[in-house]
Amino acid sequence: MSEVTLVVNGRKVKRNVEDRTLLVHFLRDELDLTGTHVGCDTTQCGACVVHMDGKAVKSCTVLAAQADGSEVVTIEAANAGYDELHPMQKAFKEYHGLQCGFCTPGMIMAGIDMVRRYGPGNLDEATVRQNLEGNICRCTGYHNIVKAILAASDEMAKSDTRLNEAAE
Amino acid sequence: MHQTTYHRAQSVEEAANLAQGASDPRYLSGGMTLLPTMKQRLVAPSDLIDLRHVDAMQGVSEEGDMIVIGGATCHNDIATSEILQSKVPGLAYQASHIGDPMVRHMGTIGGSIANNDPAACYPSAMIAMNAVIRTNKREVSAEDFFTGLFDTVLEEGEIVTGVAFQAPEKSGYGKFPNPASRYAMAGVFVAKTADGVRVAVTGAGDDGVFRATGLEDALAGDFSAASLDGKSVDSSNLMGDIHASPEYRAALIVAMAKRAVVLANGGDPDTKAATPAGTAAA
Repeated sequence: MSEVTLVVNGRKVKRNVEDRTLLVHFLRDELDLTGTHVGCDTTQCGACVVHMDGKAVKSCTVLAAQADGSEVVTIEAANAGYDELHPMQKAFKEYHGLQCGFCTPGMIMAGIDMVRRYGPGNLDEATVRQNLEGNICRCTGYHNIVKAILAASDEMAKSDTRLNEAAE
Repeated sequence: MHQTTYHRAQSVEEAANLAQGASDPRYLSGGMTLLPTMKQRLVAPSDLIDLRHVDAMQGVSEEGDMIVIGGATCHNDIATSEILQSKVPGLAYQASHIGDPMVRHMGTIGGSIANNDPAACYPSAMIAMNAVIRTNKREVSAEDFFTGLFDTVLEEGEIVTGVAFQAPEKSGYGKFPNPASRYAMAGVFVAKTADGVRVAVTGAGDDGVFRATGLEDALAGDFSAASLDGKSVDSSNLMGDIHASPEYRAALIVAMAKRAVVLANGGDPDTKAATPAGTAAA
């Protein structure tokens, strides 16, 4: 057992867990943050994507102990600092970027990470598709997911001053 | 996953000491191979010694005319390194095509090299650039380091602390990824230096990474993709599986070598996607 201390969605949490505990199980079972999903458990599908110290990772393939001392943001706090929804969430809604919704938390977190890495407004369709390699949608709804991420990226370039500042 | 005990090392020495005191230890770097393997219960180390927080193993830097990459540097930081994007674009391109963005945030060059998966990308770059693999005990040339499938000269407890190489005049990589796993079914790294051209192939050899000397000879006179027209690679020592026969892999090697040369010459071989700006700290 190890004591793991994290800042999750802005809140400091401390738990004693087995060293083999995966971050995704820490989030879901210890903190009841069940928005992060386990799709494949083999690092392939991306339903479990969260941000660890500002970078998207697959939380089914990170030990909670590895994340000790990190700041983690999950889908539950993706909209932190926004009135209602994050522009990425709004775009997924507007462009019907989901059908069953199971992959959506990972898609949103991967999408936000993509905009952060390339800079708002700097994405094109081929880049989005290549960067979605690690996120699988079994409803095969990729067309609308790609549209949503592109729209959110452009919207964030226009209006998301917070991210623009961070990117500089 | 079986029970294990996690340790976080702050220095190479501490990591080595922790390993010495454990019954069946494994070093944990990004964990992108080790953790899935543990989940499948194919390995069950008593102790995991995390190397990701060892300061001396971080980042891309220059030492005189050598470029040095710390073993704990993740693929994303290699892909976006300004030093590598300007001086060794082939390696930055290679790193940007490993796994997916999330995997690239965790997986490290040291872990990949130590594991020596026959379909991993980096061994080809290390051999083509005649790199030196640095461990906590010695320096080994890449050609001596990789000894076979998942096999290296690493001894018990030895740690890959980094790699060092001279920037080639030109570098490029061509990869045909398995559509499901994204691992290379054939990956070819080309490096052109004042001493000549070196071509190394991963994902295809039945004994791991190897040099394609026939293609090197073809490129020595004229470093262009056209020099490889009509060239072939002997398929007798290539892997065959449900994804590709040895003959198909032989054809892929030539095709990927052409793409690598196009990239090395400043062209755009296959990808339509943009490259992330150079943002990673050196």
